[in-house]
Amino acid sequence: MTERTVMLPPEANTSPKAWLRAQVKSPLGLVLNIAMLALIIKAVPPLLTWALLDATWSGADMNACPPKGGACWAFIHAKMRLILFATYPYEEHWRAMLATLILVALVLVSMNPLFWTRKLLIGWALGLLAYGVLMWGGIFGLRFIDSSNWGGLPLTILLTVCGVFFGALLSVPVALARVSRLPVFRTSAIIYVEIIRGVPLISILFMASVAMPLLLPEGFSPSGLVRVIIGIVIFTAAYMAEVLRGGLQAIPKGQYEAAAALGLGYWNTQFKVVLPQAVELVLPAFVSLIIITLKSTSLVVIVAMMDLLGAAKASLADPNWIGFYVEAYVFAGAIYVAICASISRYGRKVETRLRRARGYG
Amino acid sequence: MSPHIQGGARPGARVFAALTRPTTLAQLLFLVAVAVLIIVVSLILQSNLDRLSVKSGYGFLLEKAPFELGESLIDYSAGDTYLRAFAVGVLNTLKVAVLGVFLSTILGLFIALGQLSPSTVVARVCRLYIETARNVPLLMQLIFWYAFLTTSLPRVKQALSPVEGVYLSNRGLFIPALDFGGAGGAIALSFLIGLVMAVSLLLWKSRDKAARNIAWPFWGLLLGPALAVFLLSGATVSLDVPQLKGFNFRGGITLTPEFLALLLGLTIYTAAFNAEVIRGGILGVAKGQTEAATALGLKRGQAMRLVVIPQALRIIIPPISNNYLNLTKESSLAVAIGYPELVRVANVTLAETSQSIECISIIMLVFLTISLSTSLFLNWFNARAELVSR
Repeated sequence: MTERTVMLPPEANTSPKAWLRAQVKSPLGLVLNIAMLALIIKAVPPLLTWALLDATWSGADMNACPPKGGACWAFIHAKMRLILFATYPYEEHWRAMLATLILVALVLVSMNPLFWTRKLLIGWALGLLAYGVLMWGGIFGLRFIDSSNWGGLPLTILLTVCGVFFGALLSVPVALARVSRLPVFRTSAIIYVEIIRGVPLISILFMASVAMPLLLPEGFSPSGLVRVIIGIVIFTAAYMAEVLRGGLQAIPKGQYEAAAALGLGYWNTQFKVVLPQAVELVLPAFVSLIIITLKSTSLVVIVAMMDLLGAAKASLADPNWIGFYVEAYVFAGAIYVAICASISRYGRKVETRLRRARGYG
Repeated sequence: MSPHIQGGARPGARVFAALTRPTTLAQLLFLVAVAVLIIVVSLILQSNLDRLSVKSGYGFLLEKAPFELGESLIDYSAGDTYLRAFAVGVLNTLKVAVLGVFLSTILGLFIALGQLSPSTVVARVCRLYIETARNVPLLMQLIFWYAFLTTSLPRVKQALSPVEGVYLSNRGLFIPALDFGGAGGAIALSFLIGLVMAVSLLLWKSRDKAARNIAWPFWGLLLGPALAVFLLSGATVSLDVPQLKGFNFRGGITLTPEFLALLLGLTIYTAAFNAEVIRGGILGVAKGQTEAATALGLKRGQAMRLVVIPQALRIIIPPISNNYLNLTKESSLAVAIGYPELVRVANVTLAETSQSIECISIIMLVFLTISLSTSLFLNWFNARAELVSR
């Protein structure tokens, strides 16, 4: 037998010196580096001066902030609770916060297929019960708060969670119908998915908030919050169904044949063999849909609801604090960025852990 | 499961067996349920409309619209029909969509190239741009830019003027325009015709196997008609520079803050998505392709133009046209800042006539037409661009 030598690729050299050498290796890279550094040196100090050095951190009203000075974080200091919780009664903010934390914890656990057990279902039931009790109140000595007063970050999260959760539930039958060989179901699913994906979300929200009361018998129309949630669910489900269809079509034919050989019928094949694999396949795409849904919920501002964006906008209406829109939107925007970034990071983590648990990769 | 049908069974029995198959029954049941739902909902709708004494049907489109719209590409003023108002809206949507697609592609290309550049600093900055622009809701960006353009810019009297003839104030951006002395419309139309012809030439060429140089016919078709109309009409060309008269600028082209905010927001937001698509396309072309092209003696530019870009485009075009479609749909967010595009017009009309179903259905129909025709085009394109495996 001949001796074989295997050459491994050179180890990536990560020492600062090697990095520096790579930066100046090509003339183009050198020029770009210098140009960009110059730009950064020019742009960052004034930005920092504005945001930190010249900034005003506390004050009772706008007179505390000099007109040509830096950022007026005193505005955020004064308006934080309003931006975060909007019209939810001030003394009860802790309830909205606690309820939202419960919801977020449930969602984080549910994003990992390894936790999909019966216990999780019980957890959801208890969690939703606690959520309802905390948000609405009316029992245990808690004040009753109508859903029209919910707002700010809790509303944004509620809309996102409801949209994603019910959207995912609705997307399963739609996706199954979409790949079904029965023409009526297939055609209906295609019509639904293509119509919803072809129109802007705002038209669906208009439909839900303005036109839905006309389509229901008098007195049967649900509250504004529920109507908007229905609109978001209908919208999200179409996109999720399309993603899930991709997963369904990626399942090898052998899986269907094996299920048939075991004597499984249609529903057993789908729910025990095909769907679990398909859902795991499309999990990354689902995570980006969650982020898209989170950003889309800001559109409820247009139908006069006060989510995080709406509350930030409303905080600018105070005559004692005029003209601090940069601070307000930077604050609210940073919250959106932080949430979106952590969702996508968490999604990637779950993905690697799942891959390791399944033993491929 | 379906009962096995004997070959000799009578046709009637066969049809009966097919109809009583559980799958067929389920489909029939579904159809009946949908039909019943539609009938019930329309009955309820009718009774609700009668109760609220709201008219139904699209007859209102021919009535007079009592509102003004801030800007329009065709002549419009209060008192024209609703139909014309909707036409203004559609044209304004298309205007911002076309410009947004163009600008976001260019910005996205630069960001993508920046990410792939040998400079880590540039790549990091581009990455930061993408992460921020993608993760802040578009509506917030629009509202932010609108607030910036209307409150933080100087008043007309102190307008910023980076170049002579260009003014930026809280009333918008004022730029010089080419004045063709009345023949502008005809020239624009003939330029559009030239554009269509030039693009068809390109499409025809991509089908034609023989490689021939079509640079001359291309530019001829593109610019010829407009040039011919210009020369034949004997129009004069002059520069129409905006000038401060009274409280505002006159002359030139005015870009309103609403339009600028929308265009800026859509461009910045979509460019982040386009950059990712373009980067993916460029990285998706295997390195061996460039090396093979070099080995064949092609120069760097030739290898790029003849080998890499055609393959990268095949990867890029489907997802980027999806981004374009999203941009068009998202232009509807302008309703929040008051740019008179389709949704804004529909919203104002809805408040005026309370015919909500009709107004919303018009929005949906227009956008459906745009997206369905785009996807038809895409299917056609994909079928053509598909790799033929031999």
